[in-house]
Amino acid sequence: MTRPLTPANKTIARLNWTWQDGLLILVIIGLVFAIVNTASHFRGSFHGDFNISTDISVLPEYTAQTLIRMGVAYFCSLVFTLIYAYSAYQSQVMALILIPLLDILQSIPVLSFLPGVTLALIAMFPGQRIGVELSSILLIFTGMTWNMTFSFYQSLMGIPHELIEAAQVYRLNIWQRFWTVELPSGVIGLVWNSVMSVAGGWFFLMVIESFTLGKQDFRLPGLGSYLAAAANKGDQKAIWAGLGTLIGVIIIIDYFVWRPLIAWAEKFKVEMVESQDVPQSWLLDMLRRSPTLRVINSRIIRPIKLAIDNGSTKVFSLKPLPVNGKKDVYFPKLINWIFVTGFALIVLWGTWQAALLLRFLNWTDWVTVVQHALITATRVITALFLSLLWTVPVGVAIGRNPKLAQILQPLVQIAASVPATALFPILLLGLTHIAGGLQIGAIILMMLGTMWYILFNVIAGAQSIPSDLMEAAWVYKLSLIQRWRILILPAIFPYLITGIITAVGGAWNASIVSEYVTFQGKVMSTPGLGETISEATAKENFSLLLASTLVMSLLVVTTNRLVWRPLYKLAQDKYRLLI
Amino acid sequence: MTVKTATPDLITLRGVSKFYQQPNGQQIVILDNINLELRPGEIVALLGPSGSGKSTLMRIAAGLIPPSSGEVIYHKTPLIGLNPGVAIVFQSFALYPWLTVLENVELGLKAKGESPENRKLKALKMIDIIGLDGFENAYPKELSGGMRQRVGFARALAVEPELLCMDEPFSALDVLTAENLRFELLDLWLERRIPTQSILIVTHGIEEAVILADRIIVLGRNPGRIRADLCVTLPHYRDRKNPNFQALVDKVYTIITNPDLETVNSTTPVSPETQPPEQKYHALPPVRIGSIAGLLELLEDRSEKDLYRLAQELQLEVDDILPIVEGAKLMDLVELAQGDISLKPIALKFINGSIDQRKQIIRAQLLKHIRLVQQIYRMLEAKKNQRIPEELILDILETHFSREEAERQLKTAIDWGRYTEIYGYDEPSGQIFLELPIAEAE
Repeated sequence: MTRPLTPANKTIARLNWTWQDGLLILVIIGLVFAIVNTASHFRGSFHGDFNISTDISVLPEYTAQTLIRMGVAYFCSLVFTLIYAYSAYQSQVMALILIPLLDILQSIPVLSFLPGVTLALIAMFPGQRIGVELSSILLIFTGMTWNMTFSFYQSLMGIPHELIEAAQVYRLNIWQRFWTVELPSGVIGLVWNSVMSVAGGWFFLMVIESFTLGKQDFRLPGLGSYLAAAANKGDQKAIWAGLGTLIGVIIIIDYFVWRPLIAWAEKFKVEMVESQDVPQSWLLDMLRRSPTLRVINSRIIRPIKLAIDNGSTKVFSLKPLPVNGKKDVYFPKLINWIFVTGFALIVLWGTWQAALLLRFLNWTDWVTVVQHALITATRVITALFLSLLWTVPVGVAIGRNPKLAQILQPLVQIAASVPATALFPILLLGLTHIAGGLQIGAIILMMLGTMWYILFNVIAGAQSIPSDLMEAAWVYKLSLIQRWRILILPAIFPYLITGIITAVGGAWNASIVSEYVTFQGKVMSTPGLGETISEATAKENFSLLLASTLVMSLLVVTTNRLVWRPLYKLAQDKYRLLI
Repeated sequence: MTVKTATPDLITLRGVSKFYQQPNGQQIVILDNINLELRPGEIVALLGPSGSGKSTLMRIAAGLIPPSSGEVIYHKTPLIGLNPGVAIVFQSFALYPWLTVLENVELGLKAKGESPENRKLKALKMIDIIGLDGFENAYPKELSGGMRQRVGFARALAVEPELLCMDEPFSALDVLTAENLRFELLDLWLERRIPTQSILIVTHGIEEAVILADRIIVLGRNPGRIRADLCVTLPHYRDRKNPNFQALVDKVYTIITNPDLETVNSTTPVSPETQPPEQKYHALPPVRIGSIAGLLELLEDRSEKDLYRLAQELQLEVDDILPIVEGAKLMDLVELAQGDISLKPIALKFINGSIDQRKQIIRAQLLKHIRLVQQIYRMLEAKKNQRIPEELILDILETHFSREEAERQLKTAIDWGRYTEIYGYDEPSGQIFLELPIAEAE
């Protein structure tokens, strides 16, 4: 079962938007400032000198703690997604602000949130572990939530018009409408994006659990810190045990959570045609057939549902229904204006404050930031190029050969599910003795984290090529090169672009982790924008952190808009297979 | 029937208009000054070509869309918001795929706040009446199209609406299923097994209207307006072979195929304004030249000149054949008179011509009669690089049509222009360009 990153996961289909581009840059500046600046306001101390043990016996406990952190963060992301996307869907004015804001938030590297969030929460709970715990959860949350929110918003906007009309005609109240129309329409997208989000969560977990800021140590007991500690000590046995546990946990979650969920989500497909290739889950079938669950359902769950339903009709029935769909009848123009101007003022204030903070940087700092940005960009492109070099032929081979696909796909999936950051310490062990070890290591880490997106998409693309097109290529005796140029590359192009966009975004984020590493008590670094961000964080140089984060966000947003979106549009318009 | 009868109107539309403001400030009129009463005990069919606003009119009566001007009166009070006594059956069924048949049918009852036992009872009763027993726990995607629409009917009837609105309820079904379902609906209605007082059905099928309706409202387009309000007095379970039936179908056909005909009135006096405001652009029907050529070929071989019979013979719905006829008429290839169609001499020349001669003939006809094509051609000639962006044409079109209609118009114009090699179109860049003479030399 390939996980199609294209149809169900539509996070990048947002091609149009209405905000002025100039203001966008200001919004980015203001927002990044707000995030970074939080850090300079708080000075808390945290004396959690946890001795992260590398004894194998602590693994179950550490794993449980990590899982709880992930679970809470995921739950928060889900709640945030539902509220945020739903508000944007219900009000056009809100959408005007919320959606571009989301675009920007998504472009800000997760780790730039780190100092601000951590210091603020520690100041709120001085000397207590809860502050660090909350900050780790909040950080995992920032890594998980944006794509889920986008996906849900897109699903909401794509609800077939007649389904909405039917809900109106049969007078469903807001509560009922949410549960019968709006949430079900988003389930498929939510499930697929949850899978991706949690994978992203694992990626950053390693960093978030074993994090140092200046001289302070914010380590938390967990699988991530265990692996980091093991690598630091060079304890091979512990590393492999930790890695084994991690992979085991990921596979178990995949088998017992995601597969049943994906199979269950099939129910919410809006298409009325029963498709051939339906995801199956043995566990889901068992649950559906279980007599115990049926009894629980009819005795406990259904009565609760009924009570809530009845309550909702009483609470919401007084409200008259809006006459015409999503038109904003509630917001008079004046309030709109106040709302929008207020937002603009906040943005301007943020920009001004950011400028004040940036004042502390001299010319050479800026030159360094820009140079480093170029170096990291080169690294990102190299990683992308190297990934393409092997994923495209291999992906096409797997996609066109059902037998090969059957054997390799599960393996590829397991390989892809291992967070690259977990493998990094092992990589470093091998690379430290080679000259420029981290230079190569950074690129390898970027690839480890991102090439899978491309591979999956290429496989899906190759599988989607209709066999008669392949047959035609045979019949007309196209040479190997012609076949690739005329048929295969154009056919997988839309999938390739989708994969590349996701991969490049991931690579930028990975640069922060990979260009600056504390390893076996020493700091290793290689010049790059990620290094600048990490170093500024470690040295609490907030002006530099702001500047480098800004440059990275702007780079990501501008390349997205100037390069990837036009390419994506081209892919959608010209290279989509009409089936 | 201006005399008020004992039965009061269920819903009255008074001077209802609907228009949209284009982004460029232009007003697009969808419906213009509609006056209509729906009385208890009748099935009313809204009939008209696509673009006549019949679905919009139904949605206004249901309160889903507010009119831009005029008012909807329901039980003697002006309607604000949704009409409480209405249920709708949708063309696409609009069933929730994640709910079972029973849950779908219960939906409206649930929203009304009926008790669980009560709503299940009512829903099951309706499922029984509509012939869905045994499928209560099925999901819509497991059902055939006909069964799905039964669920749509059951869901609508379960809330016991006073007015049942149907938006082309049978057009997504195959011929036999549709016919079966139509008569079952008639059974329910005639035997009074459903408490519905009146049915409003939107359709583009003339026969469907004549079979079901007690009154047929024929709508015209550009802007949408009532062109005829015909009473159907034939007793129910009407026979298609009956001469009276055929005569009525013929009559409706004549009205629809002659957009310039005076408004026909057999019951109520309609709006005094019969002549729509002069349109600068005649809307191009979205048909391919190939279809028009096919029609001409057919007409040559056939003695039957009556459009309705021709359509019947070809098993084409009016919505299918009308645009083709209209296209041929716009290009001045055929003549229409009293529902009869005949070829003009140029059409005969077309039929006997080679592919290249045919292209030349159509090219000449387009440049002579189709304003949009003329205009694009002239603009291209005036430009030095002989290329214009499509937005330029769209901007002009949007002063007359809605955004989507403008795009459709342009698409048709591009299609026709390409066929005749008047101009070409480069999709990726969205540019229209003049075909160079080299293309013909090849």
